[in-house]
Amino acid sequence: MTEKNKSPEKEWPLWEVFIRSKAGLDHKHCGSVHASDAEMALESARDVYTRRSEGVSIWVVPSNAITASKPEDKESLFEPADDKIYRHPTFYNIPKGAGKM
Amino acid sequence: MTELSSNTLSKKDALVQYAAQIGDNGLIIGHRMSEWCFRAPSLEMEMALMNCALDLIGQARELYSYAGTAGGDGRTEDDFAYLRDEIDFRNALLAEAPNGDWGDTIVRLFFMSAYNKLFFTALARSKDKELAAIGAKSLKEVVYHLRFSSEWLIRLGDGTAESRRRVQNSIDNLWMFTGELFTLNDAEKSLLEDGIAVDVTALKADWDQMVDAVLEQATLKRPENDWAQSGGKAEGRHTEHFGYILTDLQFMQRRYPGCEW
Repeated sequence: MTEKNKSPEKEWPLWEVFIRSKAGLDHKHCGSVHASDAEMALESARDVYTRRSEGVSIWVVPSNAITASKPEDKESLFEPADDKIYRHPTFYNIPKGAGKM
Repeated sequence: MTELSSNTLSKKDALVQYAAQIGDNGLIIGHRMSEWCFRAPSLEMEMALMNCALDLIGQARELYSYAGTAGGDGRTEDDFAYLRDEIDFRNALLAEAPNGDWGDTIVRLFFMSAYNKLFFTALARSKDKELAAIGAKSLKEVVYHLRFSSEWLIRLGDGTAESRRRVQNSIDNLWMFTGELFTLNDAEKSLLEDGIAVDVTALKADWDQMVDAVLEQATLKRPENDWAQSGGKAEGRHTEHFGYILTDLQFMQRRYPGCEW
């Protein structure tokens, strides 16, 4: 592919693909495809990500519709939670009648 | 094609030929699509075309296996695919049309898939239980091929000036191969009365309707001249491209007879 063909106007936009593996489970992110529009993205997702019976339902979302946290913010965003063990419900006694939680 | 020749085909031979010729359609167009391997315009389209190719070649395998069983002469699916000559293949000429550009490949798949959807729907009701089962299974696959090729046709037709011009050209060039799909050959005529073969002449009106609807959405023109080239299905008379397909497809078995891997 030449540099000319790589210009943004000529590239198909990127779509994030979410697959539900069976009824009752969540859709899980599994990858992305390039496609000209939503319908084509759905078909490409089917062709690329469900070849081995991985799914019963597909979502596609324009990648640019997703606002993502930055990797370099990792320390300030996530590390402060590491020493707040009291946020886990580990310190409660579960009544016998409640069974497994 | 005369009534006389239709009477010379035994019911058993007719069934073998019928199963094999449905398989021929799948093998040949499937092989054509496999020629896109490593050449498709994007990874996504590569996967899409190879999925279609594998569906179609898979259908051929089941049909050839059944043809072998029905013939009772011990022939396997490989015998049908690799050891028959040009004249023995009874695919519709549309299946062997060259890949050309993206538009040619999409239009060929679209015309064939619209036909396949109607054909396998009808085959699923065949009195022959094996053919009916293959029909029902194949139908699910070709419905997706139709969806994929229709969506592409709409985007090419209603896309840029260049895509529109080129895909209209593909339609005009391939149109003459669509008529043959709705002709009956000797094997089909022989099995029609038993409720085994599909009466393909009865599928034409629905095919027209399906094709017209997509062409309209794609803002493309249906060619006015309905003159049809035929010969592949009736008597194994193929286009000049067919010999090259077999040379490629059968190379290993011809060069190393009986080789297995």
